[in-house]
Amino acid sequence: MDYGSLLQILDSTLRLATPLLLACIAGLYSERAGVFDIGLEGKMLVAAMASGAVAASGMTLVFSIPYASTEIVLVSPVVFGLLAGILASLLFALLHAVTSITFRGNQLIAGVALNFLASGLTVLVAQSLFGQGGRTPPLEGNARFNPINLPFADAVKDVPVIGPFYHEVISGHSILVYAAFAIVAVTWWVMYRTRFGLRLRGVGENPAAVDTAGVSVKGLRFSAVMITGVLCGLAGAYMATALQAGFGKEMTAGRGYIALAALIFAKWRPVQAMYACLLFGFFQALALRPDVVESVVRIKVPVPFLDALPYLLTVFVLAGFVGKAIPPRAGGEPYVKER
Amino acid sequence: MSFMKTLAGATCAFALFAGVASAEPAIIFDLGGKFDKSFNEAAFNGATRWAEETGGTFKELEMQDEAQREQALRRLAEAGANPVVMTGFAFGDVLAKVAPDFPDTKFAIIDVDWLDFPNVTQIAFAEHEGSYLVGMLAAMASKTGTVGFIGGMDIPLIRRFGCGYAQGVKAVNPDAVIVLNMTGTTPAAWNDPVKGAELAKGQKAQGADVIFAAAGGTGVGVLQAAADEGIFSIGVDSNQNHLHPGSVLTSMLKRVDNAVYEAFKTGTDLQPGVTRMGLANDGVGYAMDENNAALVTAEMQAKVDEAAAKIKSGELVVHDYMSDETCPAATF
Repeated sequence: MDYGSLLQILDSTLRLATPLLLACIAGLYSERAGVFDIGLEGKMLVAAMASGAVAASGMTLVFSIPYASTEIVLVSPVVFGLLAGILASLLFALLHAVTSITFRGNQLIAGVALNFLASGLTVLVAQSLFGQGGRTPPLEGNARFNPINLPFADAVKDVPVIGPFYHEVISGHSILVYAAFAIVAVTWWVMYRTRFGLRLRGVGENPAAVDTAGVSVKGLRFSAVMITGVLCGLAGAYMATALQAGFGKEMTAGRGYIALAALIFAKWRPVQAMYACLLFGFFQALALRPDVVESVVRIKVPVPFLDALPYLLTVFVLAGFVGKAIPPRAGGEPYVKER
Repeated sequence: MSFMKTLAGATCAFALFAGVASAEPAIIFDLGGKFDKSFNEAAFNGATRWAEETGGTFKELEMQDEAQREQALRRLAEAGANPVVMTGFAFGDVLAKVAPDFPDTKFAIIDVDWLDFPNVTQIAFAEHEGSYLVGMLAAMASKTGTVGFIGGMDIPLIRRFGCGYAQGVKAVNPDAVIVLNMTGTTPAAWNDPVKGAELAKGQKAQGADVIFAAAGGTGVGVLQAAADEGIFSIGVDSNQNHLHPGSVLTSMLKRVDNAVYEAFKTGTDLQPGVTRMGLANDGVGYAMDENNAALVTAEMQAKVDEAAAKIKSGELVVHDYMSDETCPAATF
């Protein structure tokens, strides 16, 4: 395998890992607060549909300079799309929160219901809006998050080893990819260095103790689930407006579940979640390049096996090969105040 | 009780009435979805054209998952639809089970040629011939000498596309490198634009500057990625030139629309047997319109048309992958 192929695979890895990472961190907030969320997939899907639909509508906010015929685009369609995606995902998150926190319903069943709802609803709405078989029209120009070339990417291109790496792998992604990695850092800081994070973790381990300290368990859990909604919104919008140019039926293709697997793999910790998602993304990227795999291992590896690798890995992980993954202790149980 | 009887009687009468009234044709779309901008959409266009010309109506059904296949087919046949047209090889096995149970219903199936029932007509396309022509165009348009092929589900039918394409490429440039990828091994591979786009980017990284997508709805992603990366793509089944003008070099036409139109028009008089649609009877071809006029020079077109004439006359035979499961120009 030459260096060029490696860079291409790593480049692809970053693109494919981003939706996993955003969804994984989304799940982390919710689960760390004691609300299991199997509905990541559904939230991503509605967000993808909403962002694709709104971005396709071409909604733009422009500022016309008086006495001049120039207009400055203040908010481009893709930003409206992103906001719509976050809003749609937030609505779903709210539904999940109300069912499983306020009404103490079963968190898993609520999540599964949301997934089913999203699967049908997205296609129905997209079909009635655009009549293209549940797809949103292809997005172009500023209706998409276009790749950003980082500073000096072209200048350092010729520097051996590091130059191409910076130019090919690090540079040239959409803003949401960089945002996803920034969110990992922010999440680590929030979780381990702020009062909110401490309480959030507390409410997932021992809600009674947090309650005794006079902090609202429901309030904390609600805010955690809302953060999950925002992050799933980002993940969905990334799928529809950056990775692809438009929403398509079932386009998340199980990424919400892989993100959950990555979360368990990472034992509910943000930085490890990033590594897990990168690993899963790497496997997905590798499955796209059977020729490279073949040249490395010297035998023809069937593509279906490469496709199955992420799932095999998940099975190994869940079977306890990387040590015991202990979920937040109060996870899955609605909190009932003592009377 | 008497009310129940009345109700039951009414239902029976209604059912009978429905049975008589709906001797209309029906079409079942495969998993790519009716609006895949490719194979199924071509079938839908053919059905629509028939409806517009005759003022008739037709039933339609879009498959949602694999488990529905037999049930969907039976339900349409039971409802009295006649003829029932199916798009896609995947219906072959199911039809073999269902067809004998409905001897009075005519069935037409596209992309299948191995069934033998008195009420089944089969339409098979010579995709290798059309693919050969677009392969030639790809090789002539390529500057790097490397071209790509992205198939949908890895089945012999799609390999037939790939093999014809590879032969066309090699006919123009014997040293050309052809990068072959299949999207997957399940019917989900017909509708995975994300993976299609990533595969296209991977092929570009391997040097490909023209990519032929024979992958149904997945192709939408391939064409999009090619447009983003500034390379050429080739559409399939329907004319996809308009999707990204300036980037879609041409489209390999497979006139599924004509096949469906003819089946609907013939109606219940469909004859058993296999209809073969190739270059000679305009069943396949390549698309030229205002969107790609600037990309395909007159010289390129002349070369391709020359080859097309040779294929039609039988002077040039494009190897059919499905005849012996081997390909002289590529390894799958």
